[in-house]
Amino acid sequence: MAESIKDKVAIVGMGCTQFGERWDVGIEDLVIEAAYEAYEDAGIGSNDIQAAWIGTMYNTTAAGTLASPLKLGSKPCTRVENACGTGQEALRNACYALIAKAFDLVLVIGAEKMKDVGFGGLATGPTTSGTEAWRPVYFYGVSAPTRYALAATSYFAKYSLTPEEGKKLLAKISVKSHHYGARNPKAHLRREITEEQVIKAPMISWPLGLFDCCGVTDGASAAILCRTEDAKNFRDDYVVFKGFGAASGPGMGKVLTDYDFTWWDETEGAVRQAYEQAGIKDPRKEIDLVELHDCFSIAELIATESLLLCEQGKYKEQMSDMDAYYLEGEMPVNISGGLKSFGHPIGASGCRETYENYKQIQGRAQEPSRQKKKWKTDQRLALAHNQGGHPGKFACNVTIIGLP
Amino acid sequence: MVGIISYGAYIPIYRMSRELLAQVWGGTTGRGEKAVANFDEDTITMAVEACIDALGSMERQADGLYFASNTPPYREKQCASIIAAGLDFPVDGEFFTADFTNSLRAGTSALKAGTEAVKSGTAKRVVIATADCRLPAPNSGSEPLFGDGAAAIILGDTDVAVEIDGTYTIYSEFMDGWRKEKDTYLLTWEDRFIIEEGYEKHLPRAIKGLMTKHKLAKEDFSKFVLYAPDARRHAAMVKILGLDPKKIQEPLFDSVGHTGCALAPMMLIAALEEAKPGDKILLANYSDGADAFSLSVTENIEKMKDRRGIKRHLDSKLKLSNYGKYLLFRDLMVWEAERRPPDISSLASLWRERNQFLRFHGGKCRSCGTIQHPIQRVCAVCRTKDDYEEVRLSDKQGTVFSFAMDERAMVKDLPSISCVIDLEGGGRYVGVLTDREPGKVSVGMRVEMTLRNLHDGSGIHNYCWKPRPIRV
Repeated sequence: MAESIKDKVAIVGMGCTQFGERWDVGIEDLVIEAAYEAYEDAGIGSNDIQAAWIGTMYNTTAAGTLASPLKLGSKPCTRVENACGTGQEALRNACYALIAKAFDLVLVIGAEKMKDVGFGGLATGPTTSGTEAWRPVYFYGVSAPTRYALAATSYFAKYSLTPEEGKKLLAKISVKSHHYGARNPKAHLRREITEEQVIKAPMISWPLGLFDCCGVTDGASAAILCRTEDAKNFRDDYVVFKGFGAASGPGMGKVLTDYDFTWWDETEGAVRQAYEQAGIKDPRKEIDLVELHDCFSIAELIATESLLLCEQGKYKEQMSDMDAYYLEGEMPVNISGGLKSFGHPIGASGCRETYENYKQIQGRAQEPSRQKKKWKTDQRLALAHNQGGHPGKFACNVTIIGLP
Repeated sequence: MVGIISYGAYIPIYRMSRELLAQVWGGTTGRGEKAVANFDEDTITMAVEACIDALGSMERQADGLYFASNTPPYREKQCASIIAAGLDFPVDGEFFTADFTNSLRAGTSALKAGTEAVKSGTAKRVVIATADCRLPAPNSGSEPLFGDGAAAIILGDTDVAVEIDGTYTIYSEFMDGWRKEKDTYLLTWEDRFIIEEGYEKHLPRAIKGLMTKHKLAKEDFSKFVLYAPDARRHAAMVKILGLDPKKIQEPLFDSVGHTGCALAPMMLIAALEEAKPGDKILLANYSDGADAFSLSVTENIEKMKDRRGIKRHLDSKLKLSNYGKYLLFRDLMVWEAERRPPDISSLASLWRERNQFLRFHGGKCRSCGTIQHPIQRVCAVCRTKDDYEEVRLSDKQGTVFSFAMDERAMVKDLPSISCVIDLEGGGRYVGVLTDREPGKVSVGMRVEMTLRNLHDGSGIHNYCWKPRPIRV
């Protein structure tokens, strides 16, 4: 009989690199930087680690990416990949190993080196196709911004927004992300922007402009996990997992005409699993913090709805007061600055989002002005969400953590 | 009776005015405009377009397809077979494909060969496709002259609309224009020599031969379709032959340009668009000798009126008002190196999936009836495994469900407009819209499908279907 993972595994240490265009460091340096911060946070040494997981999409030399730079000795190392959900997927798999009592103390790293390719934007093509079977002609030339722009156009059409109204709505999201990115020392993009700047920015893929798109960034984040009963050996303010969700869609959005691009089925599927495990009935009233997958502004809008944080199609109405989604609002979203300000090193983002939530729950947010003070419940529930692939064909991960 | 049972034509949507060329290079402005293929077009895709126009709602059944071009996208590799597959002709039975090339007479050569095949009884239905996309040297006399276009003629022995009742052909070793293996542009000799000793000698000889052989006189004909190297020589030929100017088919130089071996067949189609039952047409083509045909129009011509042909394609156009864009379309400069990795392909993958991408088949689930593209082995709706029939989607129109305009794509005509298309009768397709005006694209816009070359990765022309706004 399957059981909820709620409260069974604890995070006792985390680390996160500076995110950015890290010309001076390679994937090995990123892994070391994140792991050693996590060791220090947990008060352990690398010898204490019994097994390790690395989530990475492009750096595909399996556990060599992790075992070699960290000199872990001859221990089990596993590489996992689930497109943009890769970091969370590594956390999820490590938790299951702990619950199975295969190990007592494990290391999880999400890491990606993106900026060695020599051009802007995402690498695409047969060697870097991620979740998709590569084909020479089908879906040729449909970039990541374009895939999300299709969702934006469809959302605008469905809810009768003119392109101008739609872009203005999306601009508010990017302004919020940059507001917090400017206040997060580890973020890649650290300046505030205005709605006007967003709307007037160069077009990337209409209707999405430059400031509707997240950066392409290097980064890594790490976690030290143990079973909850052992957590006190490491620290008093440990944080526990409340629920995981994972959903890989069959990719029917490109095939079936009833898919309309304005609702992420996989996100809904994954988050319902996580809410059930965590015992959450009314997410808007119970969840304190959300770090969701905002690779593009439209992604934050639709994910907010698909995570059941506001009613379907009601983002505009319920967001008429944008404060609702700011730090002390009703439903704070991406107060780290989000992927928008951090960029999206594919394998790292899921761990990085959980790092933000972990620090907030402990009251140790980078830059005190960003520290959340009022909490809805004593559990301080915080949700991380990533989705890989593209609208119509997602692989989604959700991770909820909180106090025991 | 052997003859034409259907015809079609294709003219690319872009037109370049001769005024633009005068602005770019200086000098005097020529008349009119010429048709210029889009960056994703070549003679294979243009031939497919012309054949689709000719086939209309006919069954995709024939005994052969002959392709004529001086600019086939492959120099070694048959193009007719790619066209036949793009048109979704059955591949399991007997079917004769052949390429005709290396002469401005290649189109009428294929027409004659096809006529002989039907006449001999070895074939009942033959598709003749001809297209040219000759690259003129920039700032040359050829540049204002050369245009791009295609024609298709379906030959058969029943329901004939235009009977081919006489032919006459001569050959000649006379050289007037040529390209050797490594020549990019056409080479010629002094034009007075090649006109006087070539064109003006050979074309009348073939016409005279036809009339003598079949006991015809010029009074017997209601229309003369005469190939010419340009408008001036066309007018001169009418005088040489002593013909009534009212009986002369207009030669398309002012609206399309010289479309190589497709010119004479395109002029013939323009003539047929105006033809009435009982009309008798003389078609004469020149190069490396000359061909002459005597054609009789039957009452079946009235059934051909829904073709896009020449006239309706001429009316459907976009202005190519930027020579820089033309340089990009034809890849006429050494460009800044692309920092992003080049396109690549896989022949094995293209071959494995040829039915769904080159033939553009979807799978129709036998259990629930849902049409799905690409073909899903496990039905996306009812999960029935491996129980579907393949259905052709290339002849379906559709509606834009959503679109995006990518300003950073590695294509020659930004923005690259990706569209989600819902096809009539079922099926969804995500593709890049071509032949479009970015400001006019909207959700709900009606589109039709067109075969295009998506990219040249791995040294292969990677053909697949694109949506485009309905041309007419």
